[in-house]
Amino acid sequence: MSARREALLWAAQRASAALLALCVVVHLATMIYAAHTGLSAAQILERTRGNAAWLGFYSVFLLAVVVHVPIGLRAVLSEWLGWRGASRDAVLAAFAAVLAWLGARAILGVFL
Amino acid sequence: MKTLDVRVWRGGAHGRYQGFQVPREESQTVLDVVTHIQRVQEPTLAYRFACRVGMCGSCAMTVNGVARWTCRTHVDLVAPDGRLEIAPLRNLPVIRDLVTDMREFFDKWARAKGRFQGRRTRREDFERVAPDSEARKQVDAAIECIGCAVCYSSCDVVAWNPDYLGPAALNRAWTLLRDVREAANPERLRAVAGDAGCHACHTQMGCSERCPKQISPTAGIAGLKRAAAAAALKGEL
Repeated sequence: MSARREALLWAAQRASAALLALCVVVHLATMIYAAHTGLSAAQILERTRGNAAWLGFYSVFLLAVVVHVPIGLRAVLSEWLGWRGASRDAVLAAFAAVLAWLGARAILGVFL
Repeated sequence: MKTLDVRVWRGGAHGRYQGFQVPREESQTVLDVVTHIQRVQEPTLAYRFACRVGMCGSCAMTVNGVARWTCRTHVDLVAPDGRLEIAPLRNLPVIRDLVTDMREFFDKWARAKGRFQGRRTRREDFERVAPDSEARKQVDAAIECIGCAVCYSSCDVVAWNPDYLGPAALNRAWTLLRDVREAANPERLRAVAGDAGCHACHTQMGCSERCPKQISPTAGIAGLKRAAAAAALKGEL
């Protein structure tokens, strides 16, 4: 069971990394565009509110973060602190839930 | 006569370096230096070697901070300033002086199911393996391991995670995974996947950088990860 879980976690981290590579580029390009063209907060909200494409893009971005970050932290906690087992995984699951909640709040904040 | 300024580790894990002046010779290897010290200056110095020609894998030591096979390491290459610091391999318990306890290293080969298990008996014909097949080429690239533990000593993941099987054992598992004659690969994949197996590797490539046989265990470990993911997705792991 452990071997299967580790293999699936590895696959999930690779797949989420591929998504992140794309999403981070789009996100940075958007931020640079918004900053350099001098868009105001109101103008940005005008573009994002009710925009299903942005909602979809940032939902995928958030999903990739929620999957990728806890798996990476899992290895850091194991190797640097020697923390393994169910307690570590429970804390990371809670951390993933917090990330998902904060991210969803930010996305809905500019969509609704 | 020119001499080398040599510091050699003495004692166990909490030992110290002892200094020696060793005559500089032409085409001198690091193993020649250690042998000179043991035969001429300090008969109690413990070290390990056998073939002296890069086949047996028993003479690996840490030379000026880097794990190397000492019989094929010329002093010219590693000590242009005439200074040598020779220590036992990292990541293995020190028995005495330059001799490490290799049991854990080889036990991990067994844990990675490093023993060939064929399907056929001696009464059947040989299995045909096409030399230019992809699987055979992958085995060729990884099969020449001499078990010197230079990779194991150069791997930071081994230092962080003592249960980690390490590059050599995983490289061995990879050669068997790609061997079309092999019968025990499902069990082998289960043995090498997970926190102590291929998934612990961070692809730092210390093993591939230092392997004296120019093998890339990192490539084999990446292959094991791909195979494990494919098996897990099919529900076969």
